[in-house]
Order: sequence, then C-alpha cells, then structure tokens
Amino acid sequence: MAELDLKQLGVRGVNSALHGLVDGANEQDWLITNPMGQHAIACGLDAPLNVTIKGHVGFYCGGMNQHAAITIQGHAGVGVAENMMSGRVRVTGSASDSAGATAHGGLLVIEGDASSRCGISMKGIDIVVGGSVGHMSGFMAQSGHLVVCGDASDALGDSIYEAILFVRGDVSSLGADCIEKEMRPEHLAKLTELLAAAGMEGEPAEFRRYGSARELYNFDIDNADAY
Amino acid sequence: MCGIVGLYLKDRKLQASLGALFAPMLIEMTDRGPDSAGFAIYRDPVGDDQTKFSLASDDPGMEWTALCEGLEKALKCAARIEVQSDHAVLITGGEALAAQAWLGANCPDVRVVGSGRSIEIFKQTGLPKDVVEQFKLTSAQGSHAIGHTRMATESAVTTAGSHPFATGLDLCLVHNGSLSNHNDLRRELERGGIIFQTENDTEVAAGYMTAKLRQGLSLHEALEAGLVELDGFYTFCIGTADGFAVVRDPIACKHAVLAETEEWVAMATEYRAIAHLPGADTANIWEPEPHKIYTWGSVH
Repeated sequence: MAELDLKQLGVRGVNSALHGLVDGANEQDWLITNPMGQHAIACGLDAPLNVTIKGHVGFYCGGMNQHAAITIQGHAGVGVAENMMSGRVRVTGSASDSAGATAHGGLLVIEGDASSRCGISMKGIDIVVGGSVGHMSGFMAQSGHLVVCGDASDALGDSIYEAILFVRGDVSSLGADCIEKEMRPEHLAKLTELLAAAGMEGEPAEFRRYGSARELYNFDIDNADAY
Repeated sequence: MCGIVGLYLKDRKLQASLGALFAPMLIEMTDRGPDSAGFAIYRDPVGDDQTKFSLASDDPGMEWTALCEGLEKALKCAARIEVQSDHAVLITGGEALAAQAWLGANCPDVRVVGSGRSIEIFKQTGLPKDVVEQFKLTSAQGSHAIGHTRMATESAVTTAGSHPFATGLDLCLVHNGSLSNHNDLRRELERGGIIFQTENDTEVAAGYMTAKLRQGLSLHEALEAGLVELDGFYTFCIGTADGFAVVRDPIACKHAVLAETEEWVAMATEYRAIAHLPGADTANIWEPEPHKIYTWGSVH
C-alpha cells in the first residue's frame, strides 16, 4: 500500500497524486495519513482505487468520486461524498451535515450517525447509516435510497421527490409531502441488498418505508387563494 | 462565514500552555474569518473587592498610566494597569459600576471591551495570526479561552465590531452566523437602557443576554429565551467565569463541533481547529444538536 502524508504534501499534493492515476495503474491501494480535519481530501477521484484515510476529515471528503472505494477511518465533516457519481465511500465514525448531498450514484456508508440534511437533494446515490440521522434528512431527495438503521429527526423527507427512505427506528416527524408507504417484496429485496452491500446487520422487516405523497408535483387550483 | 473556537482545560497542569494550545485553533480558522480576530482569556482572577477591565483605544498616544492615576484619585482606590498594544487591562478596587461610570465620563474614547474578575478580552482588525502576535496569545496562561475570526457580513470591519462582545461580568459571546431581527431588537433593548457601540448584529445578541441577566435570569434561562427571540442563523459560544456554553439555532446551518478528553473540552466551527490539540485523534467528538444548550464548568 502506497502512503501519502497529507501533512507533508498538503491537500492539493495528495489529490494531484491520486488524480494522476488511471484504471490499471500499478498502485491501486493508497493510505492517506495525517488528514488533520482538512477539507476536500480525495475529491474528484476517477479511477477504481482503494483509498484509506487514517483519521478525521473536514468538509467534502470524497466529493465527486467516480469508481474509487474510499474509507475514512474516523469522522467526516460537512458534505462527505457530495455529488458522488459512482464508487463507494465508507465512514467508520459519524458524519456532519449534508452527507451524500446531490450525489448521483455509488454507495455511501456511515457506520455512526449522520447529522442534519443527510441525503439532501440526492439524485441516485444509495446511503446506509448505521446510527441515526438529523433533521431535514432526505430534503428534496430525487432518487436513490436512504437507509437509516437508527432514528430520524424532524422533517424527514421534506419536499421529497422519488427517493426511497427506509428507517428502522423512530421518526420524530415527517416533512411536507413525505408519507409512510407500504413495504412491498421488491422493497424488502432492495433493502436486504443494500444492508448486505453496506455490511450492516439488521432485519429488513423491522424497517418502514417513506416516500413522496406526490401532492406537491402539481399546482392545486384550490390553493389559488393562498397566493 | 466566521470561525469560532473555545477551549476549556479540565487538567490544571495544562493551564501554563493555554495560549500555546489555543492560538493554533484561532489561526486555523483564518479562512473563515480574515477580517478581524479576537479572544477572551480567563486568567489570574482578582480579589472579590477588585474588578478587571479590558480597555481599548484607537489613539496611539493614549496615556494609560494617566488614566489609571486619574481613576485612583477620583475613586480613592488602588488601581494598576497593564498595557498590551492598543489594549490595556485595568485592575481596580472600589465599586465596579462607579469605575465604569468614571471611565465613561472621563475617557469617552476608551472602549470597555470586557469586565469581571478573570476575563481579559483582546480584539483587532487584521489576520488572526497578527492579532495572536499583537496580544502575545501564544505565551498566555489561563484556564479557558474563546475566540473568533470574522468575515464581516452585517456591518463594517472595525475593532469595535470585532468579537468577543462582553455580556456581563466575566461573560462574553462569540457568534458565527447573522441575525435578521437585530435592528428591531436593538431599538427595543435601547429603550430598556442597553447601550450599543456599533451597528453589529452580534453586539445585539450580547446586549440581549446582558438585559436578560440583569432581569435576574440565569445564563441557561437567558439562552433559552434567546432561542425564541433571536431570529437568524447562529452558533454561539459564551465564555463564563469558569467554563463555556454552546448553543445553535433550531435550523443549525452554522457548523459546530465539540470534542472532549479527560484533559480538555474544545468547541470549534470546524474540526481542523481542534485537530491541533493533544489527543484530538482519540477524543470523544460530536456535533452539537440544534436548539440545545451545552455547558461546561458552572454556569451562573
């Protein structure tokens, strides 16, 4: 495993080294040491590398990732794996707000808790959280899956489009236009697949599914007086 | 934007290196606030019959010794003053309110930036590293400190508009965010006798806390009232005589992270400010929840 010391190379140095690698490069496994909570570590990767970051990271770690498997051995700051396209990002600790924001694809696994706005405006990513998520998670979530093994705080799935939310624990409250929906066999199958992919324990039957009531998609003429 | 940091030392052995531990936290937040910086440090408590005033003046020829002698003579009490760049720490006997009134009447250009038994406040425009150097923060000893790096949004970049803002004896406040109802609140508080030095929104939050404490509310109660009446985005860190408090608005858009070990408790806008502390790697680290008040030390 090749090592990159962020203290010596700086964020730009570390990211440049990883950006220079292409599919089939000799060195596929990388260890980043001394992250010191710096921002934008391992952003914009575009090759099927295995990158391990030893320690806590700052904002936007693994953002825009394509193909790479990134493991953060610690906590992650705001916007981990934001706008990820494909690949995997795993956080062994907890994540701050807006984890997986606007991400189009790939799998984000947070072993601990995720704070507010987890999966905000997600566009196809699958997110599995081992612990609980904060308020406004799944806000304007468009597609993909958000699996929460713990509880969800206030206004889950506010203004949600077509993303599918699975929560095992309590939901403090649902946001506008988010409702509980029937868990059909295809949902149980998908949930089983996601939990297995994330390496999470959990009985799929214990989860409940939430999604869009689709009441906000079209203007309701009966509300005309409100404007 | 803006960065806020706080460090409270549980292990007394670390007190000799408070400044050395705290200065890198403040400097790390330069990206979030390059316009001005400031900090409150709690050290060398004076006797029950004394008060410590942190003073600042824009006049390079300021005669601090004359000020001290004038006050001694007028109030018939012993006083001493220690100058630190364009700030000075005045320690005086006698009534705190009388001393404050005398300063207001006789030295109108001198700003009282803090007062209490152990608090000392220093703040200035410029990069955090320059402010750290100007007030010799790195060599400072003490029990705890809170600090702020400012990116100005709601009012001008001035020394007076820099944080921390004093809210009462040994109390001060730093703020990341912006308040949207500060003009209304300022007018209301002014009617209640609170005097403001700037157009700054954070000074209104500080004035609000001062007013609530004067009404007899505890700090915890004052913060709870603030959660209802202060409209806007904020993470506040409030320094107290022997600890600090942290509170975030109900939406919690403004970042904050807390970390605790056996030796210290730290608060920062971003974890990278805390990463410098010994044992940060293995500290208990979490994000403070919205609408919840966290406190360390006893909060009066």
